[in-house]
Amino acid sequence: MYDFILERPTSLDAAVALLSDEDAQALGGGQTLIPTLKQRLAQPGRLVSLTAIPGIRGICRAEDGALCIGGTTPHGEVATGATAYPALADLAGNIGDPAVRSRGTIGGSLANNDPSACYPAAALASGATIVTNDRQIAADDYFQGMFTTALEEGEIITEVRFPVPEVANYQKFEQPASRFALVGVFVAKYPDGVRVAVTGASEEGVFRWTEAEAALSANFTADALDGLSAPADGMIGDLHGTPAYRAHLIGVLTKRAVAAAS
Amino acid sequence: MSNVTMKVNGKPVSGEVEGRTLLSSFLREGLEMTGTHIGCDTSQCGACVVHVNGQAVKSCTMFALEAEGAEVTTIEGMANPDGSLSVLQQAFQDHHGLQCGFCTPGMVMSAAALLQDNPKPTEAEVRDYLEGNLCRCTGYHNIVKAIMAASGQDVAVAAE
Ligand SMILES: Cc1cc2nc3c(=O)[nH]c(=O)nc-3n(C[C@H](O)[C@H](O)[C@H](O)COP(=O)(O)OP(=O)(O)OC[C@H]3O[C@@H](n4cnc5c(N)ncnc54)[C@H](O)[C@@H]3O)c2cc1C
Ligand code: FES
Ligand code: FES
Repeated sequence: MYDFILERPTSLDAAVALLSDEDAQALGGGQTLIPTLKQRLAQPGRLVSLTAIPGIRGICRAEDGALCIGGTTPHGEVATGATAYPALADLAGNIGDPAVRSRGTIGGSLANNDPSACYPAAALASGATIVTNDRQIAADDYFQGMFTTALEEGEIITEVRFPVPEVANYQKFEQPASRFALVGVFVAKYPDGVRVAVTGASEEGVFRWTEAEAALSANFTADALDGLSAPADGMIGDLHGTPAYRAHLIGVLTKRAVAAAS
Repeated sequence: MSNVTMKVNGKPVSGEVEGRTLLSSFLREGLEMTGTHIGCDTSQCGACVVHVNGQAVKSCTMFALEAEGAEVTTIEGMANPDGSLSVLQQAFQDHHGLQCGFCTPGMVMSAAALLQDNPKPTEAEVRDYLEGNLCRCTGYHNIVKAIMAASGQDVAVAAE
């Protein structure tokens, strides 16, 4: 790892000021960034830790009923604390392993937008709002392809707001070596329709499977998906699975998610 | 270089570290406490697990400066005050929960974190909790048995 200066600001304003330097990078839980630095794939002069900033960690309920999760809230805290949204708590409790969940944060996961990460599926399927130090971004506008998001340089995710669905479920087909999703499908049913988000599968990163959404909005049963299949075109192919295999898993996992949704 | 101060196993310690100094390096090289092992250094194996403010973390994936002011517990802090093995450590010995012993510090620290949150885990919960701790020797069965025994439960369930 190249050396850098590690800053631990205790206010959001101080963190924003430090990050205005283009040589600076935010540090959340470090569960992705530290391995990246060890491989010398990044060389920031300054790392700005966000975990000492009060007020951007924790879970609460907004007036409109949405579940608000602070940007630096670790996965483990969401797993035990997001009781109002059980499918989300369950997703957080199955990220990596307990030690990863002690440190890794929701803001870090969404900022990184790994194509196999779990939180992007929850945020997109829930139509969540990503709140930063400067604006609010709808999940539909936020994810812009593998490792790419609408965030500007130095922009900090301070909160994520999840509208709570009637029922929801996340099915993760785990890649056992990395503990990430080989394919993951999040299904969420709202009064105005069903949203289905798929992670791990597409070369474009997380996406909504709109055909399944239409079928499930008309009839919320696994049978409604009979005859529908996600196209293998544009799916990831690697030693863990071919594009056709991943496309097949999307159908299977979506059915399982609908059957298990509660 | 910056100064970092924390409590390790109840004792105040401090030292000079770089921004990039990992907590694992500070413990092993700075404090010469080599009980915390480095297996992979890529956050996969869990040999380096310690507790920071009561939570299990991989010390190879946290900077020493992030533990400023924290209470850190390592395997060196797990024995009873008179130096005898704790119930959990003794269970690892009694049930042959180790062979080469390389993974053991991380296994014991993860198991201790589990039992703190969930004093009577099921076998499935034990296995699930150890997902981030790799052992190349034991095949895990005896580790699971040791943890079930340390929680005061019947070890037969974990036998097969
Ligand atoms: C063994 C292992 C298994 C894992 N398994 C899974 C899994 O199953 N599913 C899964 O989804 N993930 C998994 N992960 C990744 C884990 O969830 C990470 O915690 C997460 O991807 C990054 O969060 P972090 O807080 O650690 O961010 P960091 O590593 O600190 O940062 C990642 C990136 O986000 C930026 N950043 C961090 N916080 C913010 C913020 N608040 N605002 C703006 N930018 C920010 C950083 O600058 C950096 O570019 C795993 C990781 C490991 C090591
Ligand atoms: S040495 Fe830290 S996880 Fe392997
Ligand atoms: S006892 Fe050898 S690696 Fe676990």
